[in-house]
Amino acid sequence: MKLNVNGKVRDVEAPPDMPLLWVLRDLLALTGTKYGCGMAQCGACTVHLNGEAVRSCVLPVSEVGARKVTTIEGLSADGGGLHPVQRAWIEADVVQCGYCQPGQIMAAAALLKEAPKPSDAEIDAALSASLCRCGTYQRIREAVHLAASMTAQGGKA
Amino acid sequence: MSAHSGHSRRRFLKTSAGLVIGFTLAPKGKIFALQAAAGAGKPLPPPDAFLRIGEDDTVTVLLAHSEMGQGIWTTLPMMVAEELGCDWSNIRVETAPAAPVYAHPDYGAQMTGGSSSTYSELDRYRQVGAMAREMLVAAAAAQWKVPASTCRAESGFVVSGTHKASFGSLAKAAQAQKPPASVKLKDRKDWKILGKPTKRLDSPQKVTGKAQFGIDVQQPGMKTVLIARSPVFGGKVKSFHAEKAKAVPGVRAVVQVPSGVAVVADHFWAANLGREALEVDWDLGAGADLDSTKMAAHYRTLAEKDGVKAAAAGDVNTSLAAAKTKVEAEYAFPYLAHATMEPLNCAASVGADSCEIWTGTQFQSGDQAVAAKITGLKPEQVKIHTTFLGGGFGRRANPASDFVAEAVHVAKAAGVPVKVVWTREDDMRGGYYRPMWAHSVSVGLGPDGLPAAWRQQIVGQSIMEGTPFAMLIKDGIDEASVEGVADSPYVKRTPHHFVGLHSPKSAVPVLWWRSVGHTHTAYVMETMVDALAAAAGQDPVAYRRALLKGSPRHVGALDLAVAKAGAAPPKGQFRGVAVHHSFESYVAQVADVSVDKGRIRVHRVVAAIDCGICINPAGVTAQVESAIVYGLTAALYGEITLKNGRVQQGNFDDYPVLRMNEMPKIEVHIV
Repeated sequence: MKLNVNGKVRDVEAPPDMPLLWVLRDLLALTGTKYGCGMAQCGACTVHLNGEAVRSCVLPVSEVGARKVTTIEGLSADGGGLHPVQRAWIEADVVQCGYCQPGQIMAAAALLKEAPKPSDAEIDAALSASLCRCGTYQRIREAVHLAASMTAQGGKA
Repeated sequence: MSAHSGHSRRRFLKTSAGLVIGFTLAPKGKIFALQAAAGAGKPLPPPDAFLRIGEDDTVTVLLAHSEMGQGIWTTLPMMVAEELGCDWSNIRVETAPAAPVYAHPDYGAQMTGGSSSTYSELDRYRQVGAMAREMLVAAAAAQWKVPASTCRAESGFVVSGTHKASFGSLAKAAQAQKPPASVKLKDRKDWKILGKPTKRLDSPQKVTGKAQFGIDVQQPGMKTVLIARSPVFGGKVKSFHAEKAKAVPGVRAVVQVPSGVAVVADHFWAANLGREALEVDWDLGAGADLDSTKMAAHYRTLAEKDGVKAAAAGDVNTSLAAAKTKVEAEYAFPYLAHATMEPLNCAASVGADSCEIWTGTQFQSGDQAVAAKITGLKPEQVKIHTTFLGGGFGRRANPASDFVAEAVHVAKAAGVPVKVVWTREDDMRGGYYRPMWAHSVSVGLGPDGLPAAWRQQIVGQSIMEGTPFAMLIKDGIDEASVEGVADSPYVKRTPHHFVGLHSPKSAVPVLWWRSVGHTHTAYVMETMVDALAAAAGQDPVAYRRALLKGSPRHVGALDLAVAKAGAAPPKGQFRGVAVHHSFESYVAQVADVSVDKGRIRVHRVVAAIDCGICINPAGVTAQVESAIVYGLTAALYGEITLKNGRVQQGNFDDYPVLRMNEMPKIEVHIV
C-alpha cells in the first residue's frame, strides 16, 4: 500500500491490522515516534493525520488511506529548521529523559493550530493525554505559551 | 574544602565465573571532594579516555554515566569546560563504552545510580579538563618558544602576548605532550560555568526525534523479539507448541530461553501476533500462591515484634510504658513499578569471539559480566553501546541484568542479532518493584512535648539480598531498608529508641526505585512528626526546628521553604510541610492541598534544596520538579498488587500516573 509520510509517498508492505506506529518505526525507520503503552493511554506515539493529532499505536495502517501522516521528523516544514514548538522546547529547557517529548511536541503543535493563544486550561485539556514520568509538565506549559508567542511574532508554524 | 580521604575504594573481584562486582557503601554525610587533584590521593585520570579535541575545534566529552533525564549529558561537560576554557558551543557529547577506566569513582563499577553522578565526578571531569588545558598550553608554548606561564586558555584558544592559536590547531601537538603529573583546579570563587543555570545539550536531538533510545536501535539483519514469560514469578516452561506462532507472517523462529519462549520476527507487530498464537504450558510453582493482601497481613503481624536491631539507645520499652502521651501508627506501602516511559528493551548480537549489546542501561559493568558469563566470553569481549534511557529510576540498574541477560540468551539461541522489546504489560508485570513495606511506630512524648521514646519496626524485602550487593548487608541490616529511619535525626536525638527490621523473603523480585528506602521512610517520619506535633499542641514547623537543632542543613532547607511559601494558603486549602535528608541532599517542601469528596488535589509545592555545591541550577530545579511528580504519582496512585501470583496491573489505565491537569505549581529554591 501507499502512505504519504512527511510529504513523501512511501510504498509499504504491511498487514492491514498493523498499527501505523509500527509501520513508521519498524518498516520506515522513523523511530522518533515512540511506543509507550499500545492502547492510546500515554500519547508517546502521537503523530498528525492531515494536521490532527492521533494515536498511531491504535490506528491500523489500512485506515490511513490517502491522509497525510506527519511525524516528529517531518514537523518542521522546511526540513532543516525547527518548528516554533521545537524551538520553544529548547528555549524552555523542557526535556529530561526525552522519550515522551516527540509525542508532547506533536500534541502541542496540533493544539496551536486550533488555538493559537491557548490558556493553561486549554493546554491541560490537550496535553493531559500525554504522559511524562520525568514530570516536565510545568515546563511544557511554559513552552507552549512561548511557542504561541513565537508564532504570533512571525515564526513559521 | 575537604578531601576524599577515608572512604573505602570498591574493587572488582575476579573469579573464574567471570566478573563479580564488589561494593562497599560510601560513609554517610560524605561531602564533595573539592581539593586539587595533587592532594586527593587518587591517580589522575587518563584524559584521552574522557576527552577528544578535534582539529575542527570540537571538544568531545565521553560520559562515564548514562543520561536518563537527570541531565548528566550537560553537567559533566560543564565540569570539563570550566577547567579547559573551551568554547561551550563546540562541546559534543558521547556515552563511553563499557571499560574499567569508566568505573564510578566511588563505586568501582561502571554504573549510574545512588544520585551520585554529579558529586562523584566533580574531581575527575574537572581534572580531565585541566590536564587537557595544560597539554594545549604546553604545545603552544613549545611552538611559540615562550614560557608556558605566559600562556592562557580562553574561549577555545591559547593566547600569549600577540600569539593566538585555536585548540583545534594545537590538538595534534597537544596529544604528543606528556599528561601533567598534577593539576591545580580553579577555586570555586573563580568558576564561570559551574553554578550557572545551563541549558541541556541533548535538547536538539530530543525535540527532533533523532535521539536514539534502546528501543530505536536497528542493526543489519536484526530481528525483533517478544518473549512469553511465566504469568507468575518463578514459573518455568513445561512445554510449548510453536506451530501456530511460526505460521504468522514475519515470524522467523521460536526459541526457548531461561525466562520463557522467544518469538523472533521481522518486526514488533509480527512478534506480537506470533506470541499471541504461541501455546505454552507453564509449571507455575509456588509463585502461583502469591497474594499481596495476605502478604500485607503477614507483614502487619511481623511488625508487632522486635526485628533485627538497626538502631537502639536506652531502654525504649520502659520509657514508652512510662510516657503520659503516646502516639502510635501503622503504615502499609504497596509494591511499585518504575513504569519508565520507554519500556524495557535490549538489542544483542553474539558471535564466536564477541558480543555486542545496545541498550539504555544504568549498570554497564554488571551487564558486561552477566553477558560474559552467558556467552563464555571475557568481559572485555562484550561491547556495550549505551543509548539514551527513556527513564531509569533504578529499573535499568539491575544486579541480575534481567533485560540484558534475556537478550543475550535469545541472540545466542537464535543465531541472529535481536532486539528484545517488552510491551508495557511485560514491563509492568516483570517485577523488580519497589518492595512492599509495613511500619509500626510508637512514640512517647516527654514533659516538653518532644519524643522521649521512639520504637519503630520496619518490614519488607531486602533489595540487596541474593545479589552481589549482599556483601553490604551488615548484622542482618540492609541499609536500603532502614535509611531515613535508623539515621533519622528525630530518632537519634530521642534518648530511648529502637529501630527493628524484618526482612521476609518472597519470589517477587524487588529493586531500587528512585530514592530507594526513602520512598517509604520519609513519608513515615514526616507524617509521624506531624502527629507528634499535634499531640504536643505545637506548631509543626516550630516542632521540627526544635527536633532538628543539631542538623543545620535540615533547618536551612526548612526555613527557606517556609519563608518562600509565604502567607497561609487560599481558603479551602490546607498546608503541609516536610523535610528530609537523602542521598547527600536536604529537601524541605511546603504543599498546599485541598480535598474534594475524598479526592486529594495538590495545588502548589514550594521546595527548598540544599544539595551541597550546585553545579547546574537549571538541572537541579528540573530534578526537584521531577521528584515531586514521581512522588505524587506514588502517593496518589501507585500500587502493584498480586492475586493468585498474577500482577493485577498492566498498563497506564490501571496503573495511573500523574497527568498535566493534576500538576501542581512548583517553585524550587536552592539553598
